[in-house]
Formats: sequence, C-alpha cells, structure tokens
Amino acid sequence: MENLVHTLEVLSNAFGPSGSEMEVRQLVRERTEAHAQQAYVDALGNLLLTKRGTKRDLHVMVSAHMDEVGLMVVGYTQGNLRVATIGGIDPSILPGLHVLVGRKKHPGVIGVQAIHRTSHKSREQSPDIEDLAVDIGAQSEEEARKLAPLGTPIIFATRFHAVERMCSGKAFDNRAGCTVLTELLQGDPFPCDVTGAFTVQEEVGLRGAGVAAYAISPDLAIVLEGTVADDLPKKESDVSPTTELGKGPAITVKDRSYVTYPPLLRHVIRTAQEMHIPYQIKQPGVSGTESGAIHRVGVGIPSITISVPCRYIHSPVSLLKLDDLENTIRLIQAVLSTLPSDILKIK
Amino acid sequence: MDLKLLEKLTQTFGPSGYEGEIRAAIREEVASLGDELYVDRLGSLVVHRRSAAPQAKKLLLAAHMDEIGLMVTHIEEKGFLRFTNIGGLYPLHHIGGRVRFANGLIGTIYVERREDRSQAPQLKHLYIDVGAKSREDCPVAVGDPGVFVGSLVQQNGRLISKTMDDRIGCYVLIEMLRQIQAPAYDLYVVFSTQEEVTLAGARTSTYRIAPDIAISVDVTLTGDTPKALPMAVELGKGPAVKVKDSGMIAHPTVRQMLIDAAQQADVPYQLEVLQGGTTDAMAMQLVREGIPSGCLSIPSRFVHSPSEMVDEADVENAIKLLVATVETN
Repeated sequence: MENLVHTLEVLSNAFGPSGSEMEVRQLVRERTEAHAQQAYVDALGNLLLTKRGTKRDLHVMVSAHMDEVGLMVVGYTQGNLRVATIGGIDPSILPGLHVLVGRKKHPGVIGVQAIHRTSHKSREQSPDIEDLAVDIGAQSEEEARKLAPLGTPIIFATRFHAVERMCSGKAFDNRAGCTVLTELLQGDPFPCDVTGAFTVQEEVGLRGAGVAAYAISPDLAIVLEGTVADDLPKKESDVSPTTELGKGPAITVKDRSYVTYPPLLRHVIRTAQEMHIPYQIKQPGVSGTESGAIHRVGVGIPSITISVPCRYIHSPVSLLKLDDLENTIRLIQAVLSTLPSDILKIK
Repeated sequence: MDLKLLEKLTQTFGPSGYEGEIRAAIREEVASLGDELYVDRLGSLVVHRRSAAPQAKKLLLAAHMDEIGLMVTHIEEKGFLRFTNIGGLYPLHHIGGRVRFANGLIGTIYVERREDRSQAPQLKHLYIDVGAKSREDCPVAVGDPGVFVGSLVQQNGRLISKTMDDRIGCYVLIEMLRQIQAPAYDLYVVFSTQEEVTLAGARTSTYRIAPDIAISVDVTLTGDTPKALPMAVELGKGPAVKVKDSGMIAHPTVRQMLIDAAQQADVPYQLEVLQGGTTDAMAMQLVREGIPSGCLSIPSRFVHSPSEMVDEADVENAIKLLVATVETN
C-alpha cells in the first residue's frame, strides 16, 4: 500500500481550487475505487464511494472536501492578470508569491515593486486584492488572454516537503482530510456501510456537501478537515488556541455552522479514551464546516467534524505533524468499528 | 394560566443542541394529547393528532424548545471561564447575570475592566466565575453548555422569565393540544430543536412530515418601550400575525387563515413586520417543493435577555386563536 506521506504529498501538490477539483478527484479516485462497491461522480463533481459493511446496521457518510483556496483571473492590465480570491485569503500574504495559473499550471508571480522603488509609507500598508496583479510574462493583454482566459483558476505553487514527522505544503485544508478518507476507504470493511464523499466547493460556501448528503441520505455523518492550529506564542498568554499541533485529532463540539449531536460526540470521545488516542476539543464557536450543510439535510443527519490540526491554513504553506494525521485515521477507524447500533435512539 | 406548567417550561435546561431535559419535560405534558408521538433525528418532539375529517390537510405547528445560552471555550489559570455564544447574545444583557450548567453549577457573568468604556463590551471581554480557585480546580470543562438564570414572575398581568423565547410558544401549543376537540386538520405539533443556531430541527421535521401548511409559534419584539425601534407591535394588544421578518414573508393564505381565526375566536390581533430576527418558518417554507408558511407571534419585551416579558392576555388569546385555526377548515 502507498505510504501515507506520499498520499499527502501527491494530494497537496495537486491543482484543485473550488470549482476545479478534477485533478484531485482523479487522484483520490484511482486510489480508492477498487476498494468500494459503488463509485460515481455527481452533478456538482462530488466523488461518492460506498464501501459495504459487514453488519450494515447503519450508513455513515464520511466527507472530506477536495477544493482549496486560490485565485481567479478577473481582468487584465496590459499583460498582467487582475485576480479575485476563491475562498478566504488575506491579500497581505500574496505579494511576491509564486503561483500556478490554470490546469496547465503556467508559472506566474504576484508582482511586487523592488524595494528600491517603494517608500517607507507604502511598505507599511497592506495591499487590497485590487492592487495586486499576477505576472505570467505576457507582453500584451492579447497574449495574457490567450494564456489565461477570464475565469482561469490559480493556485499557490508550493511543493510538499516532509522532514521526519513534520510535513509542509499547500492546501492541507483539506488534503489532510482527503488523505485520511483515502486511507479509511483503502482499509478493511467496517461493520456499518460507509460512503466516502470527496466533495467540491467547500471553501466558497459548503456547496458540495449538502447535495452529497441528500444523495447518500446517511444515518450519520463524519466530516474530516484540516483546521486552524494557532498554537504559537501570543502576547496574551492566557487564551486557548483553536487547536494545537501534536495533541491529536481536534473534535468539534460546536462551531459557527452547527452543534454536534451529543451521543455521537460522547461516542467519539469515549472511543479515543478507550483506545488511548490523544485528542483535543477544538475551541467552540470558531469557523464553519461541512457539518453545517449536512446536518440539516432531509430528515436530519447527526454530524460531527473531526480535524487534523494544521498551522497556517489558507496561506501558501501549511504545516502538520504526521502523528496527528495517523491518530486521526486511527480514531475514525475505531469510531466506525464500534458505532453502537442504537446511537440514533434518543428519548 | 397554568403557572406550574410555565415554570417547568421556562426553567428547564435546553440550550440549542442539548434539548434532552426540556424534551423530557414537554413529553410528560403531551404524552396523552396525541394519537402518535415520536422524536425526530435531530431531537424534535412531534405530537401527531389525527382528524376525523376525510382528506384533511396536513397542518404543522412548531414552537422551538431550545434556548439561547453559552459554551465554555477556555479556562484561565485562575479558574475564570471564557465562552462563546449559543444563539444571539448581547453582552450588555448578561453582565452581572448568572449562568447555569447542565449539572446545576451556577456562575456569575462579569466583564473585564476596559480602558475605553465608550464602546459596548464584546463577548470576549466577558468571563464567568464559578468560584473555582484555579484551572485544575474548575468543575466545568471546555465545550460545556450553559443557560442564563431568570426565575418566573407573574405581576400586573405580565409574565417575566428567562427563555420566554420560546417556551411561551411551547406553552401555547401544549395548552392548545389540551383544548382542541375536533381538529379539522391532520395536525402535527413540533417542539423543535436548534432554532437559535441553524433552524435545523424544524427544517428536518418539516421534511419528514411534508405538511400542506406550516406555522411557527414564537416570540416577536415590540415597539412600546422607551426609545424602541419603531414597530407597530405592543404588549397586551393581542398575538401578532406575522407579515414579514428578516428571513421570510408570510404566505398570504396562511396570514389570512390566522386573521380569520382571530375574528372567529373574537380575540384581538396585531400585524407584525419584524426588522431583525426570524423563526422556524423561514426554514420550513423552503422545505421540499416549498410549503406555505406563516407565524403567530407572542409579543415580548427584552428578547434574548434573562428577563423576557410577555402579557398574559396575549398568551391566552394566542391559544384561543390557534384552537380556532386548527378546528376550522
């Protein structure tokens, strides 16, 4: 079987901003299809793979969104590309970055004036996205339009690196989740039926997950994520980080988009404790995840989000610890293997 | 007024997502009031009362049983708790107030000293003191939900309590179930979950029931307090038939159905246009192919504070209006 780090590397390096997830979908499909009894791509581009269980008492959807944040060409200034963001990106991190333009990955640079040409004052101000342009070496608007037509998606050009137990690369939100889901699908069948959903367009409004949940109509859902780890030293020391690297999978109790179904929360925590898998509670109330879209579908789908902590997400490079990735896989495997048949029964 | 019932409803624990206790409390009250009773996937309690009329239309009435609250996000070294909101919180409403956790533990909510006092404090400036002396000593954990404290008071024809939003709606629907003799509709009464966060309980219960008409019963704001935002709803002028709020426009047929019922029951009513806020009806109207939806509101002052105030006659008249609605085709 393919090494976990290699899977993460291949997926991290792949091109897949929201709406252009084809390359990622192909990569996860070729790794998982043989392990599923049913696989199809729905109208929005979600890849749904069903792995039949040995007991079949419950049907669980496990989702991981394939898309990443990026940029999109929205105009031209002579040969330079004007861009808008796809998903949440702080424009102040962009100047000077190396990017890949379009699925053919034409190299580009987000232009900056040489320091010789800028004033102290201008260097103190953060640029707006409108102030930035991507230089692809085109000499004219005509040439730029040919290389990168309006609407062309753009990604960060970061390449993956692994040193000992640390990995760095782009798009760990959510190729970390995709790696976990790929690994889960490649393993032995679970007692319950499991449908893995590699979803689209999470970063622009949880769009893929809702329709996937409607199609699958599962009893329960587990959402896999790569989430914020902001565990670096701060000025105010007595505040909790959202999550911390190395402390295990981060379990969501409540975020901006949903409240976790308490019996499922209890089962996940109990499983982690019994299996001696480290875990952490993600700081409640931060961000939104696909559980927000899934839990409200149809007759209701009790959901939980479980994340691999990653530093610097939504930037050109994020950092994660392999232990967290492995422990997330172990936890979800154990959770799925021991789901009580009566978990949906509430008084 | 059945004050004992209202006391039980307003004082029972049930922040969004954690409705187990309030569901059990309501279940006790409605156990014998329906032909069928079930709990939905996301925890809503549904009472189904069949009609003797052939081909009766399905009517869904919903009041949410969840309440606003807070959730612990961090425990400081000295044992103070920081928290996030469950539902819409106004920090000013809670300074000096109390919070109660599921295990009965009480905490005082207070605010840091702020350099700039010209701005209203934000949630991040507030903390809870449960009497703990250190983080290790603190009997509450990150992720624990809590609710605000505010006892029930009956005075001058008004009722004051925490969580009138929306236990007063639950009260109205329980009383209505007690009083109806022969429903003209195939009636589903939903005590919904998670209204204050995502409207997910009513949305999913409505999907399962697939009603012909859906009506939420919830509180609305009033324009009758000092320097209130202008709004033509007052306490004591009758239940309010919703025309529009920030999440929905009531279906004209449903609106008229409620007005006709008010006239038939000979109770006063007001028309309501609410500029900020919405109810379960917002989610219900968009379920499946679309469901004609409306809302009957109980006017309430100080909504989302620990001392929400309603008028007794408005509550009684809302019950009469809904009984007439359900019994008339």
